Amino acid sequence: MINKQVSSVASAVADIPDGATVMVGGFGASGSPIELIHALIDHGAKDLTVINNNTGNGEVGLAALIGNRQVRKMICSFPRSSQSKVFPELYKEGLIELELVPQGTLAERIRAAGAGIPAFFTPTTVGTVLAEGKETRDFDGRPYVMEPWLKADFALIKCETADPVGNLTYNKTARNFNPLMCMAATTTIVQTRKLVKSGDIDPEHVITPGIFVNRVVEVSDPVHEDTLIAEGRRYP
Amino acid sequence: MNAAASTGWNREQMAARAAQDIPDGSYVNLGIGIPELVAKFVPEGREFIYHTENGMLGMGPPPAEEERDLDLMNAGKKYVTAVAGAAYFHHADSFSMIRGGHIDVCVLGTMQVAANGDIANWSTGAPGAIPAVGGAMDLVQGVKKIYVITQHTTKTGDPKLVEHCSYPLTGPGVVSRIYTDLAVVDVTPAGFRVVELAPGITFAEVEEKTGAQILPPG
Repeated sequence: MINKQVSSVASAVADIPDGATVMVGGFGASGSPIELIHALIDHGAKDLTVINNNTGNGEVGLAALIGNRQVRKMICSFPRSSQSKVFPELYKEGLIELELVPQGTLAERIRAAGAGIPAFFTPTTVGTVLAEGKETRDFDGRPYVMEPWLKADFALIKCETADPVGNLTYNKTARNFNPLMCMAATTTIVQTRKLVKSGDIDPEHVITPGIFVNRVVEVSDPVHEDTLIAEGRRYP
Repeated sequence: MNAAASTGWNREQMAARAAQDIPDGSYVNLGIGIPELVAKFVPEGREFIYHTENGMLGMGPPPAEEERDLDLMNAGKKYVTAVAGAAYFHHADSFSMIRGGHIDVCVLGTMQVAANGDIANWSTGAPGAIPAVGGAMDLVQGVKKIYVITQHTTKTGDPKLVEHCSYPLTGPGVVSRIYTDLAVVDVTPAGFRVVELAPGITFAEVEEKTGAQILPPG
Protein backbone atom coordinates (compact mmCIF):
# COMPACT_ATOMS: atom_id res chain seq x y z
CA MET A 1 0.00 0.00 0.00
CA ILE A 2 1.29 3.44 -0.89
CA ASN A 3 1.37 5.66 2.15
CA LYS A 4 3.26 8.94 1.90
CA GLN A 5 2.41 10.03 5.41
CA VAL A 6 5.30 10.94 7.67
CA SER A 7 4.94 11.37 11.40
CA SER A 8 6.31 14.85 12.01
CA VAL A 9 7.41 18.05 10.30
CA ALA A 10 10.89 17.41 11.71
CA SER A 11 11.23 14.03 9.99
CA ALA A 12 9.67 15.47 6.81
CA VAL A 13 12.54 17.95 6.31
CA ALA A 14 15.36 16.00 7.97
CA ASP A 15 17.22 15.15 4.73
CA ILE A 16 17.33 18.65 3.24
CA PRO A 17 21.08 19.23 2.83
CA ASP A 18 23.15 22.39 2.93
CA GLY A 19 23.15 24.08 -0.47
CA ALA A 20 19.74 22.74 -1.52
CA THR A 21 17.31 24.67 -3.69
CA VAL A 22 13.97 24.84 -1.89
CA MET A 23 10.64 26.09 -3.24
CA VAL A 24 8.33 27.47 -0.58
CA GLY A 25 4.64 27.78 -1.43
CA GLY A 26 2.44 30.70 -0.51
CA PHE A 27 1.78 34.26 -1.59
CA GLY A 28 2.53 36.57 1.29
CA ALA A 29 0.91 35.00 4.34
CA SER A 30 -1.64 32.99 2.42
CA GLY A 31 -0.69 29.34 1.79
CA SER A 32 2.67 29.64 3.52
CA PRO A 33 3.79 26.34 5.13
CA ILE A 34 4.91 27.93 8.39
CA GLU A 35 5.33 24.69 10.36
CA LEU A 36 7.54 23.13 7.66
CA ILE A 37 9.63 26.31 7.44
CA HIS A 38 10.09 26.37 11.20
CA ALA A 39 11.10 22.70 11.08
CA LEU A 40 13.71 23.64 8.48
CA ILE A 41 15.00 26.33 10.84
CA ASP A 42 15.28 23.72 13.62
CA HIS A 43 16.98 21.32 11.17
CA GLY A 44 19.52 24.00 10.32
CA ALA A 45 20.36 23.36 6.64
CA LYS A 46 22.14 26.41 5.30
CA ASP A 47 23.45 27.96 2.10
CA LEU A 48 19.97 27.44 0.64
CA THR A 49 18.52 28.94 -2.52
CA VAL A 50 14.86 29.66 -1.80
CA ILE A 51 12.12 30.28 -4.36
CA ASN A 52 8.99 32.11 -3.20
CA ASN A 53 7.00 35.06 -4.53
CA ASN A 54 8.12 37.21 -1.60
CA THR A 55 10.68 37.16 1.21
CA GLY A 56 8.46 36.72 4.25
CA ASN A 57 7.09 39.11 6.82
CA GLY A 58 7.93 39.98 10.40
CA GLU A 59 10.30 37.51 12.07
CA VAL A 60 8.42 34.26 11.51
CA GLY A 61 8.18 31.74 8.68
CA LEU A 62 10.28 32.54 5.60
CA ALA A 63 11.54 35.80 7.10
CA ALA A 64 12.80 33.85 10.12
CA LEU A 65 14.57 31.32 7.86
CA ILE A 66 16.30 34.23 6.10
CA GLY A 67 16.98 35.96 9.42
CA ASN A 68 18.62 32.78 10.72
CA ARG A 69 21.10 33.18 7.85
CA GLN A 70 20.22 29.86 6.21
CA VAL A 71 19.48 31.41 2.82
CA ARG A 72 22.21 32.36 0.36
CA LYS A 73 19.92 33.48 -2.44
CA MET A 74 16.25 34.38 -2.94
CA ILE A 75 14.44 33.98 -6.26
CA CYS A 76 11.24 36.02 -6.12
CA SER A 77 9.07 38.68 -7.79
CA PHE A 78 8.41 41.03 -4.90
CA PRO A 79 11.08 40.99 -2.19
CA ARG A 80 9.69 43.75 0.01
CA SER A 81 6.40 44.65 1.63
CA SER A 82 5.15 46.85 4.43
CA GLN A 83 5.99 44.15 6.99
CA SER A 84 9.21 42.75 5.55
CA LYS A 85 12.39 43.95 7.18
CA VAL A 86 14.68 40.92 7.50
CA PHE A 87 15.44 40.49 3.78
CA PRO A 88 15.77 44.23 3.00
CA GLU A 89 18.33 44.68 5.77
CA LEU A 90 20.49 41.71 4.69
CA TYR A 91 20.19 42.69 1.02
CA LYS A 92 21.34 46.25 1.69
CA GLU A 93 24.36 44.86 3.56
CA GLY A 94 25.17 42.56 0.63
CA LEU A 95 24.61 39.44 2.75
CA ILE A 96 22.00 37.77 0.53
CA GLU A 97 21.61 37.45 -3.23
CA LEU A 98 18.45 38.29 -5.17
CA GLU A 99 17.21 37.03 -8.53
CA LEU A 100 14.21 39.17 -9.43
CA VAL A 101 11.68 37.41 -11.69
CA PRO A 102 8.33 38.85 -12.82
CA GLN A 103 5.49 37.01 -11.12
CA GLY A 104 3.99 35.42 -14.23
CA THR A 105 7.42 34.39 -15.46
CA LEU A 106 8.19 32.91 -12.04
CA ALA A 107 4.98 30.86 -12.11
CA GLU A 108 5.56 29.71 -15.69
CA ARG A 109 9.23 28.82 -15.13
CA ILE A 110 8.14 26.60 -12.24
CA ARG A 111 5.29 25.10 -14.25
CA ALA A 112 7.65 24.49 -17.21
CA ALA A 113 10.08 22.60 -14.96
CA GLY A 114 7.25 20.38 -13.76
CA ALA A 115 6.13 19.78 -17.34
CA GLY A 116 9.62 18.97 -18.67
CA ILE A 117 9.83 22.10 -20.86
CA PRO A 118 13.36 23.54 -20.59
CA ALA A 119 12.49 27.05 -21.79
CA PHE A 120 9.68 29.15 -23.24
CA PHE A 121 9.21 32.58 -24.83
CA THR A 122 7.19 35.38 -23.26
CA PRO A 123 6.58 39.08 -24.04
CA THR A 124 7.00 39.90 -20.34
CA THR A 125 10.10 42.11 -19.79
CA VAL A 126 10.56 42.93 -23.50
CA GLY A 127 12.06 46.41 -23.70
CA THR A 128 13.02 46.49 -20.01
CA VAL A 129 16.22 46.11 -18.01
CA LEU A 130 15.05 42.66 -16.86
CA ALA A 131 15.44 41.38 -20.44
CA GLU A 132 19.06 42.46 -20.73
CA GLY A 133 21.36 39.60 -21.70
CA LYS A 134 18.48 37.25 -22.52
CA GLU A 135 17.81 35.67 -25.88
CA THR A 136 14.89 37.25 -27.75
CA ARG A 137 13.10 36.01 -30.84
CA ASP A 138 10.26 37.33 -33.00
CA PHE A 139 7.07 35.32 -33.44
CA ASP A 140 4.39 36.72 -35.76
CA GLY A 141 6.27 40.00 -35.83
CA ARG A 142 6.42 40.52 -32.07
CA PRO A 143 9.51 40.11 -29.86
CA TYR A 144 9.61 37.56 -27.03
CA VAL A 145 12.16 36.81 -24.31
CA MET A 146 13.38 33.28 -23.63
CA GLU A 147 13.05 32.13 -20.03
CA PRO A 148 14.42 28.84 -18.63
CA TRP A 149 12.62 26.36 -16.43
CA LEU A 150 13.08 26.63 -12.69
CA LYS A 151 13.59 23.39 -10.74
CA ALA A 152 14.15 22.64 -7.09
CA ASP A 153 15.46 19.84 -4.94
CA PHE A 154 12.65 20.22 -2.42
CA ALA A 155 9.28 21.97 -2.22
CA LEU A 156 7.57 22.91 1.04
CA ILE A 157 3.83 23.03 0.46
CA LYS A 158 0.70 23.84 2.46
CA CYS A 159 -2.66 22.37 1.56
CA GLU A 160 -6.11 21.90 3.03
CA THR A 161 -6.80 18.20 2.50
CA ALA A 162 -4.51 15.31 1.56
CA ASP A 163 -4.90 11.57 1.31
CA PRO A 164 -2.20 8.90 1.82
CA VAL A 165 -1.27 8.80 -1.90
CA GLY A 166 -0.70 12.55 -1.90
CA ASN A 167 -3.78 13.85 -3.68
CA LEU A 168 -4.30 17.43 -2.52
CA THR A 169 -6.93 20.15 -2.31
CA TYR A 170 -6.33 23.74 -1.26
CA ASN A 171 -8.32 26.52 0.40
CA LYS A 172 -9.27 29.62 -1.62
CA THR A 173 -6.32 31.90 -2.51
CA ALA A 174 -3.96 29.81 -0.37
CA ARG A 175 -3.55 27.68 -3.52
CA ASN A 176 -1.37 30.21 -5.44
CA PHE A 177 2.12 28.74 -6.25
CA ASN A 178 1.64 25.53 -4.28
CA PRO A 179 0.37 23.21 -7.07
CA LEU A 180 3.13 24.40 -9.44
CA MET A 181 5.88 23.86 -6.91
CA CYS A 182 4.60 20.34 -6.21
CA MET A 183 5.37 19.53 -9.85
CA ALA A 184 8.79 21.18 -10.07
CA ALA A 185 10.68 19.72 -7.10
CA THR A 186 12.49 16.39 -6.88
CA THR A 187 11.04 15.88 -3.39
CA THR A 188 7.74 17.53 -2.53
CA ILE A 189 6.88 17.80 1.16
CA VAL A 190 3.32 18.75 2.07
CA GLN A 191 1.75 19.89 5.31
CA THR A 192 -2.01 19.36 5.30
CA ARG A 193 -4.69 20.63 7.64
CA LYS A 194 -6.65 17.41 7.21
CA LEU A 195 -5.33 13.97 6.33
CA VAL A 196 -8.18 11.82 5.06
CA LYS A 197 -8.29 8.21 3.95
CA SER A 198 -7.95 7.20 0.31
CA GLY A 199 -11.26 7.70 -1.48
CA ASP A 200 -12.39 10.55 0.74
CA ILE A 201 -11.32 13.16 -1.81
CA ASP A 202 -13.61 13.03 -4.84
CA PRO A 203 -11.28 12.40 -7.83
CA GLU A 204 -13.10 15.25 -9.61
CA HIS A 205 -11.97 17.63 -6.85
CA VAL A 206 -8.28 16.72 -6.72
CA ILE A 207 -6.17 19.79 -7.55
CA THR A 208 -2.71 18.23 -7.19
CA PRO A 209 -2.61 14.54 -8.16
CA GLY A 210 -0.51 12.42 -5.81
CA ILE A 211 2.12 11.66 -8.44
CA PHE A 212 3.61 15.12 -7.70
CA VAL A 213 3.83 14.53 -3.94
CA ASN A 214 6.39 12.56 -1.91
CA ARG A 215 5.64 13.23 1.75
CA VAL A 216 2.56 14.31 3.64
CA VAL A 217 2.45 15.44 7.25
CA GLU A 218 -0.70 16.46 9.08
CA VAL A 219 -0.65 19.87 10.81
CA SER A 220 -4.24 20.09 11.92
CA ASP A 221 -4.22 23.58 13.40
CA PRO A 222 -1.64 25.52 11.37
CA VAL A 223 -0.52 28.94 12.54
CA HIS A 224 -0.97 31.86 10.18
CA GLU A 225 1.79 34.36 9.53
CA ASP A 226 -0.48 37.40 9.98
CA THR A 227 -1.67 36.08 13.35
CA LEU A 228 1.91 35.48 14.57
CA ILE A 229 2.98 38.95 13.44
CA ALA A 230 -0.03 40.57 15.11
CA GLU A 231 1.01 38.80 18.32
CA GLY A 232 4.57 40.11 17.94
CA ARG A 233 6.00 36.57 17.74
CA ARG A 234 9.36 35.58 16.36
CA TYR A 235 10.99 32.26 15.59
CA PRO A 236 12.92 30.49 16.99
CA MET B 1 -18.75 72.03 -2.63
CA ASN B 2 -15.89 74.26 -1.68
CA ALA B 3 -13.74 76.09 -4.19
CA ALA B 4 -10.89 73.55 -4.07
CA ALA B 5 -13.21 70.70 -5.00
CA SER B 6 -14.69 72.55 -7.96
CA THR B 7 -11.52 72.38 -10.05
CA GLY B 8 -10.05 69.14 -11.23
CA TRP B 9 -10.97 65.60 -10.17
CA ASN B 10 -10.23 64.02 -6.80
CA ARG B 11 -9.17 60.37 -6.41
CA GLU B 12 -12.72 59.06 -6.35
CA GLN B 13 -13.73 61.15 -9.36
CA MET B 14 -10.72 59.95 -11.36
CA ALA B 15 -11.67 56.36 -10.56
CA ALA B 16 -15.32 57.00 -11.39
CA ARG B 17 -14.34 58.55 -14.72
CA ALA B 18 -12.20 55.52 -15.60
CA ALA B 19 -15.05 53.16 -14.69
CA GLN B 20 -17.23 54.88 -17.32
CA ASP B 21 -14.93 53.56 -20.06
CA ILE B 22 -15.09 49.90 -19.04
CA PRO B 23 -17.74 47.92 -20.96
CA ASP B 24 -20.32 45.72 -19.28
CA GLY B 25 -19.09 42.17 -18.74
CA SER B 26 -15.39 43.06 -18.75
CA TYR B 27 -12.79 41.00 -16.92
CA VAL B 28 -10.83 43.65 -15.02
CA ASN B 29 -7.59 43.72 -13.04
CA LEU B 30 -7.11 46.70 -10.73
CA GLY B 31 -3.72 47.85 -9.49
CA ILE B 32 -3.01 48.95 -5.93
CA GLY B 33 -3.94 52.50 -4.85
CA ILE B 34 -6.35 54.77 -6.75
CA PRO B 35 -7.15 52.00 -9.30
CA GLU B 36 -8.73 49.94 -6.49
CA LEU B 37 -11.37 52.68 -6.14
CA VAL B 38 -12.73 51.88 -9.62
CA ALA B 39 -14.67 49.00 -8.05
CA LYS B 40 -16.76 51.51 -6.07
CA PHE B 41 -17.97 53.29 -9.19
CA VAL B 42 -19.30 50.60 -11.51
CA PRO B 43 -21.85 52.39 -13.70
CA GLU B 44 -25.52 51.47 -13.25
CA GLY B 45 -26.48 48.41 -15.26
CA ARG B 46 -22.94 47.09 -15.77
CA GLU B 47 -21.13 44.18 -14.18
CA PHE B 48 -17.33 43.78 -14.06
CA ILE B 49 -15.60 40.58 -12.98
CA TYR B 50 -12.44 41.30 -11.01
CA HIS B 51 -9.30 39.23 -11.41
CA THR B 52 -6.59 39.13 -8.78
CA GLU B 53 -3.17 37.71 -9.71
CA ASN B 54 -2.95 35.43 -6.71
CA GLY B 55 -5.68 33.22 -8.08
CA MET B 56 -9.28 34.41 -8.12
CA LEU B 57 -11.90 35.65 -10.55
CA GLY B 58 -14.93 37.24 -8.90
CA MET B 59 -13.13 39.18 -6.18
CA GLY B 60 -15.55 41.10 -3.97
CA PRO B 61 -15.16 44.01 -1.54
CA PRO B 62 -13.23 43.80 1.75
CA PRO B 63 -15.02 41.89 4.54
CA ALA B 64 -15.98 43.19 7.96
CA GLU B 65 -13.06 42.53 10.29
CA GLU B 66 -14.86 39.71 12.14
CA GLU B 67 -15.62 37.98 8.82
CA ARG B 68 -12.04 37.88 7.57
CA ASP B 69 -10.88 34.62 6.03
CA LEU B 70 -7.11 34.29 6.40
CA ASP B 71 -6.97 32.28 3.17
CA LEU B 72 -8.81 34.87 1.08
CA MET B 73 -6.53 37.72 0.04
CA ASN B 74 -5.89 39.84 -3.02
CA ALA B 75 -2.63 40.56 -4.80
CA GLY B 76 -2.09 43.57 -2.53
CA LYS B 77 -2.18 41.08 0.41
CA LYS B 78 -5.41 42.62 1.69
CA TYR B 79 -8.37 40.54 2.87
CA VAL B 80 -11.20 40.37 0.35
CA THR B 81 -14.38 38.40 -0.33
CA ALA B 82 -15.55 36.20 -3.19
CA VAL B 83 -18.76 37.06 -5.07
CA ALA B 84 -21.27 34.44 -6.27
CA GLY B 85 -19.77 32.77 -9.31
CA ALA B 86 -16.16 33.28 -8.20
CA ALA B 87 -13.40 30.82 -9.12
CA TYR B 88 -10.04 29.97 -7.55
CA PHE B 89 -7.00 28.77 -9.52
CA HIS B 90 -3.23 28.49 -9.25
CA HIS B 91 -0.68 31.08 -10.30
CA ALA B 92 0.13 29.64 -13.73
CA ASP B 93 -3.56 29.67 -14.68
CA SER B 94 -3.88 33.16 -13.26
CA PHE B 95 -1.03 34.47 -15.39
CA SER B 96 -2.28 32.51 -18.41
CA MET B 97 -5.38 34.69 -18.13
CA ILE B 98 -3.09 37.73 -18.17
CA ARG B 99 -0.51 36.65 -20.76
CA GLY B 100 -2.98 34.80 -22.92
CA GLY B 101 -4.93 38.01 -23.55
CA HIS B 102 -8.05 36.96 -21.64
CA ILE B 103 -8.26 39.95 -19.30
CA ASP B 104 -9.99 42.91 -20.96
CA VAL B 105 -8.84 45.89 -18.92
CA CYS B 106 -6.09 46.60 -16.42
CA VAL B 107 -6.08 49.88 -14.50
CA LEU B 108 -2.70 50.79 -13.03
CA GLY B 109 -1.04 53.57 -11.13
CA THR B 110 2.25 54.89 -12.42
CA MET B 111 5.33 56.94 -11.75
CA GLN B 112 5.71 58.02 -15.40
CA VAL B 113 4.00 57.43 -18.71
CA ALA B 114 5.43 58.56 -22.03
CA ALA B 115 3.80 60.03 -25.15
CA ASN B 116 4.45 56.75 -27.02
CA GLY B 117 2.65 54.68 -24.34
CA ASP B 118 5.74 53.54 -22.44
CA ILE B 119 5.03 53.02 -18.74
CA ALA B 120 7.44 53.11 -15.78
CA ASN B 121 5.79 52.08 -12.52
CA TRP B 122 7.99 49.46 -10.84
CA SER B 123 11.35 51.00 -9.94
CA THR B 124 13.04 54.37 -9.62
CA GLY B 125 16.31 52.67 -10.53
CA ALA B 126 17.90 54.46 -7.56
CA PRO B 127 21.13 52.86 -6.31
CA GLY B 128 20.51 50.76 -3.21
CA ALA B 129 16.76 50.51 -3.80
CA ILE B 130 15.44 46.95 -3.59
CA PRO B 131 13.89 46.10 -6.96
CA ALA B 132 10.40 44.57 -6.79
CA VAL B 133 8.36 43.94 -9.92
CA GLY B 134 5.51 41.62 -8.95
CA GLY B 135 3.10 41.07 -11.83
CA ALA B 136 3.37 44.53 -13.40
CA MET B 137 5.44 43.48 -16.43
CA ASP B 138 3.09 40.57 -17.14
CA LEU B 139 -0.01 42.76 -16.90
CA VAL B 140 1.19 45.51 -19.24
CA GLN B 141 2.21 42.99 -21.92
CA GLY B 142 -0.79 40.70 -21.72
CA VAL B 143 -3.96 42.62 -20.89
CA LYS B 144 -5.93 43.92 -23.88
CA LYS B 145 -6.30 47.51 -22.66
CA ILE B 146 -4.00 49.26 -20.20
CA TYR B 147 -5.49 52.30 -18.47
CA VAL B 148 -3.53 54.46 -16.08
CA ILE B 149 -4.89 56.55 -13.20
CA THR B 150 -2.42 59.04 -11.79
CA GLN B 151 -2.02 62.56 -10.52
CA HIS B 152 -0.91 64.72 -13.44
CA THR B 153 2.26 65.75 -11.60
CA THR B 154 4.36 64.47 -8.70
CA LYS B 155 4.05 65.94 -5.21
CA THR B 156 6.88 68.31 -6.11
CA GLY B 157 5.18 69.39 -9.34
CA ASP B 158 7.20 67.40 -11.86
CA PRO B 159 5.21 66.10 -14.83
CA LYS B 160 4.33 62.39 -14.82
CA LEU B 161 3.25 62.52 -18.48
CA VAL B 162 6.59 62.84 -20.24
CA GLU B 163 8.31 62.63 -23.63
CA HIS B 164 10.53 59.73 -22.49
CA CYS B 165 10.41 57.88 -19.17
CA SER B 166 13.53 58.52 -17.10
CA TYR B 167 12.70 55.61 -14.77
CA PRO B 168 13.21 51.98 -15.89
CA LEU B 169 10.34 50.80 -18.10
CA THR B 170 7.69 48.32 -17.05
CA GLY B 171 6.76 47.92 -20.69
CA PRO B 172 7.10 49.84 -23.97
CA GLY B 173 4.16 51.31 -25.88
CA VAL B 174 1.39 49.63 -23.89
CA VAL B 175 -0.78 52.40 -22.38
CA SER B 176 -4.03 53.40 -24.15
CA ARG B 177 -5.57 56.03 -21.90
CA ILE B 178 -4.63 58.08 -18.83
CA TYR B 179 -6.98 59.52 -16.19
CA THR B 180 -5.44 62.34 -14.18
CA ASP B 181 -6.80 64.93 -11.77
CA LEU B 182 -6.81 67.39 -14.67
CA ALA B 183 -7.88 65.48 -17.77
CA VAL B 184 -8.49 62.25 -19.64
CA VAL B 185 -5.62 61.80 -22.08
CA ASP B 186 -5.27 59.31 -24.92
CA VAL B 187 -2.00 57.92 -26.22
CA THR B 188 -2.29 58.24 -30.01
CA PRO B 189 0.15 57.66 -32.87
CA ALA B 190 0.67 61.46 -32.75
CA GLY B 191 1.37 61.42 -28.98
CA PHE B 192 -0.78 62.62 -26.07
CA ARG B 193 -4.22 64.00 -26.89
CA VAL B 194 -6.67 65.43 -24.35
CA VAL B 195 -10.03 63.68 -24.57
CA GLU B 196 -11.77 65.53 -21.78
CA LEU B 197 -10.86 68.30 -19.33
CA ALA B 198 -11.79 68.09 -15.65
CA PRO B 199 -14.18 70.79 -14.38
CA GLY B 200 -12.53 74.19 -14.14
CA ILE B 201 -9.35 73.07 -15.90
CA THR B 202 -8.12 74.73 -19.09
CA PHE B 203 -6.17 73.06 -21.88
CA ALA B 204 -3.39 75.61 -21.31
CA GLU B 205 -3.02 74.40 -17.72
CA VAL B 206 -2.81 70.76 -18.81
CA GLU B 207 -0.29 71.67 -21.49
CA GLU B 208 1.85 73.52 -18.94
CA LYS B 209 1.87 70.56 -16.54
CA THR B 210 2.64 67.94 -19.19
CA GLY B 211 6.27 67.08 -19.97
CA ALA B 212 5.65 66.39 -23.65
CA GLN B 213 3.73 67.80 -26.56
CA ILE B 214 -0.01 67.32 -25.99
CA LEU B 215 -2.84 67.87 -28.45
CA PRO B 216 -6.09 69.63 -27.54
CA PRO B 217 -9.45 67.86 -27.55
CA GLY B 218 -11.14 67.45 -30.92
